[in-house]
Amino acid sequence: MSQLRKWLVEPDFIVVRDPERCIQCQVCVRQCANDVHEYDSDEDVVLSDSSDCVGCHRCATLCPTNAVSIKRAELEFRPHGNWEAAVLRNLYRQAETGGVLLAGMGNDQPAPVYWDRLLLNASQVTNPSIDPLREPMELVTYLGRKPDMLEIEARGVSPRLTTTLAPQLELRVPVMFSAMSYGSISYHASIALARAAAAAGTFANSGEGGLHEGLREYGDHMIVQVASGRFGVDVDYLNVAAAVEIKIGQGAKPGIGGHLPGEKVDAGVSATRMIPEGTDALSPAPHHDIYSIEDLRQLVFAIKEATGYAKPVAVKIAAVHNISAIASGAVRAGADIVVIDGFRGGTGAAPMMIRNNVGLPIEFALAAVDSRLREEGIRNQASLVVAGGFRSSADVVKAIALGADAVYIATAALVAMGCHLCQKCYTGKCNWGIATQDPYLTKRLNPNIATRRLVNLLNAWAHEITEMMGGMGINAVESLRGNREHLRGVGLTDRELRILEIKAAGE
Amino acid sequence: MKRIVIHEEFCIGCRLCEIHCLVQRSKSKKIIKAFRFEKDQIVPGVQVEQSGYVSFALQCRHCDEAPCIEACLSGAMYRDPETGAVLCDTDRCVGCWMCIMVCPVGAIQRGAEKRVASKCDLCMGEEVPACVANCPNEAIVFVDDNDDE
Amino acid sequence: MNQRPGPMRQKDISSCAIVGVMSEAGRRFDGTAIMRAIAIMRDRSNGLGGGFAAYGIYPEHRDHYAFHIMCESIDAQRNAEQLVSRRCTVHHDEPIPIRQVEAFHTRPLLHRYFVSVTAEARERNYGLSDDDIIVRVVMDVNASVDGAFVFSSGRNMGVFKGVGYPEEIGEFFRLDEYEAYTWIAHGRFPTNTTGWWGGAHPFGLLDWAVVHNGEISSYGINRRYLANFGYHCTLQTDTEVITYLFDLLMRKHNLPLEVACMAMAPPFWSQIDRMPADRQRLARAVRSVYGGALLNGPFSVVVGRARGMIGFNDRIKLRPMVAARRDDVLYIASEEAAIREICPEPTELWHAEGGVPIVGELRDEPVAEVAG
Repeated sequence: MSQLRKWLVEPDFIVVRDPERCIQCQVCVRQCANDVHEYDSDEDVVLSDSSDCVGCHRCATLCPTNAVSIKRAELEFRPHGNWEAAVLRNLYRQAETGGVLLAGMGNDQPAPVYWDRLLLNASQVTNPSIDPLREPMELVTYLGRKPDMLEIEARGVSPRLTTTLAPQLELRVPVMFSAMSYGSISYHASIALARAAAAAGTFANSGEGGLHEGLREYGDHMIVQVASGRFGVDVDYLNVAAAVEIKIGQGAKPGIGGHLPGEKVDAGVSATRMIPEGTDALSPAPHHDIYSIEDLRQLVFAIKEATGYAKPVAVKIAAVHNISAIASGAVRAGADIVVIDGFRGGTGAAPMMIRNNVGLPIEFALAAVDSRLREEGIRNQASLVVAGGFRSSADVVKAIALGADAVYIATAALVAMGCHLCQKCYTGKCNWGIATQDPYLTKRLNPNIATRRLVNLLNAWAHEITEMMGGMGINAVESLRGNREHLRGVGLTDRELRILEIKAAGE
Repeated sequence: MKRIVIHEEFCIGCRLCEIHCLVQRSKSKKIIKAFRFEKDQIVPGVQVEQSGYVSFALQCRHCDEAPCIEACLSGAMYRDPETGAVLCDTDRCVGCWMCIMVCPVGAIQRGAEKRVASKCDLCMGEEVPACVANCPNEAIVFVDDNDDE
Repeated sequence: MNQRPGPMRQKDISSCAIVGVMSEAGRRFDGTAIMRAIAIMRDRSNGLGGGFAAYGIYPEHRDHYAFHIMCESIDAQRNAEQLVSRRCTVHHDEPIPIRQVEAFHTRPLLHRYFVSVTAEARERNYGLSDDDIIVRVVMDVNASVDGAFVFSSGRNMGVFKGVGYPEEIGEFFRLDEYEAYTWIAHGRFPTNTTGWWGGAHPFGLLDWAVVHNGEISSYGINRRYLANFGYHCTLQTDTEVITYLFDLLMRKHNLPLEVACMAMAPPFWSQIDRMPADRQRLARAVRSVYGGALLNGPFSVVVGRARGMIGFNDRIKLRPMVAARRDDVLYIASEEAAIREICPEPTELWHAEGGVPIVGELRDEPVAEVAG
């Protein structure tokens, strides 16, 4: 079925093939889901039509002779400070299609990354650094509601605890896998995340796509999401998991709901979400039963009732302008954990304009919320988990120093599994088998390999975190959490330093 | 005995196993040279079978009770006592193709240059066979059948 | 007396010497012994801070809170007095007796007041105990009266400190003339040299007096945690934080000493995993709820209080602490030499274990007469 060619739309990438190295083995031909490469048997040569290349690097990675390379498209525009090439391309696309520009993954615009402007301390002379290879380094973290104080019965020789603590999640490392719905990612990806979380002693979030049967055995390490579409939500779903998260918003698209294009709704997704195959799964923008803060309280307690008050209930909000007030409200509404997702958060599909322009950096949101909750004396009533573009263990350490109890990662986890951030998740043609339901493509993600890579990632980060903590003279993560003394800012304005409540380098 | 086990659910049909088996069997052992000059003289020991999105790599299973050894007229087919692999002594092979006919999985091919049988030889005692080492998705693994898998 | 450091100044670091001597029978003795003990550790200090706390020294005012206030000027002193009188009755006041010591060229005005909370103050602050009200008064004076600082506010006890070697400070304050059943002392080696008399140790609040050797790497979060409960740390010293934590955990939250120490120097998770079920539950709850009270980094601390004295080390034992007993006396010090200087043959002598407190406790009420 031929379509009218979109004349204004030019290729984003160019495939460069080294004829000296190409052996016409056709691995690239077989592996490209966008049919960029073609084998011409008459000439015995592989040709590439770059127009549909998305820059996922599948061909380049698998090429046995490294004959293929991918470069940015060479058509150069006259340089312009306002009308940059990317802007022009968006206009051409919209002119040809009349549609909303979609994008996958997180905000790719060059806004400042404040993590890179925060620097860490190390102990010298007046205080020894601690050697993580020879001394215990404790990363164990408990997420959940904590009381102000404990009641102890000092009975005879040994004191006895009389307070009962609210339910807690125990993490061996303060990093968890953030919400990615089954549907936006493949079943193999979902199961790899669940298995890796179980192996590493942490948790994976199911996202708003319900929980596939095959993941129920990992329920003890799953956090299930109740989002505005309520996909897959029933009482069993709530009870099989270790915690329930009410998703009010996400950093990639604050203010609007989830979007799963029909191409990605196959039989499995359809059964799990309880919607017909091939239909778009559009979550509404608000929860239609939460129009004010007291409605949220009602939902939080409805879930607590349904789960017998045995599990922590989390509330996930996107970082927006009055985030402190919203977070405070969520805590008072009964949330045991508050999750804040910054504007770099990823997604399978979002309107590009919203992804790139709505929301705030998580660094400021975290600092503001942590300070505000402490001012109000309620910081202990809910744990703070942050998400949105965490790239390394250093980002995690800085986040904990600013006040977070734990960090959610999603993009980093997908990259660990093979994602190359081509941002075309919404097409369902993920060449790495991650953001697709196409059975040709999902085979490419071997869950055993993916699990191994994810566990490797968490172990590597855990080691790096202990190294940095040891350098600061700290051997327990409780002493890093909220300890802004160990941060200094560079390249930050006075105002920014004040909002973050940290000193400038040199002070 | 160490055997090649295939996981069809992970095979992505890329055929890198075929490519590297060819290189392993080449004289140059260098991929570009092998493909440029030796391609037509080598038959890989592994073939990828494919139908729709179901695919898997097929090599000789080195059966415990090998029909090809039974059927071989000249006694060219034999079992290597060390690795347990079923091998073909090409000096003795007369190209009668009885082995090809009796192989239950169709893993034996005609040789490209000489009139002899060609099949997987477990890379003749290499630590890890070429197909196993180069499968990007661990759809081909090398395990000891004494271990529980 | 220089200005106290502003809020964004770098944190003070405590390298030093500490000693504590206590008679568990409540026998009182003068300060010469403790001055000798601290003097022998002279190399641990650099002359920029020294101080003592003594318990049982004001028997004739035993029920009144004894405020020791240092002021930069007579105006500051008057302002402080005004603020104090709003909520307290001053029963008696006088300059703190001193002796001229050559080493001290400048010194603040040093005055002491014996006060009690007024009935109106109690009514206005219903729900708060006298102790709570006194804490507020002290915090108010220290935060809002420029140039005045309350450095001791307990009953029948007092802190004496300043900028100088501890033995010089002891000489200056005529500590040989006081009789106490518990003495603790400190010699300082500050790296942030402010030369401010208030920055020396011990840090005192109510009956608590804390001397400290080490640096708390968790200071940033301990300070913010305490702010939740109304304790505002203004001095950029670890000792302030430690004192407030003891007050919070033991006086306000009523935790037994063992549990308070478990919060501040907790067992490792690997140790907790091996504990019997009940104790495990307790330890896990303490660590999760009191994470903000965990003191990380090397420390050796001696805490004085009305009932006795507590010696305490960080959980990986990065600072020295030696203890000894002979007859009714408990000795705690940074070095064995300090103990042997005043007690050449103790009956027992041992090194403190990381995270396990050494406790000296009065067997009965302090005895009034002077001991031999």
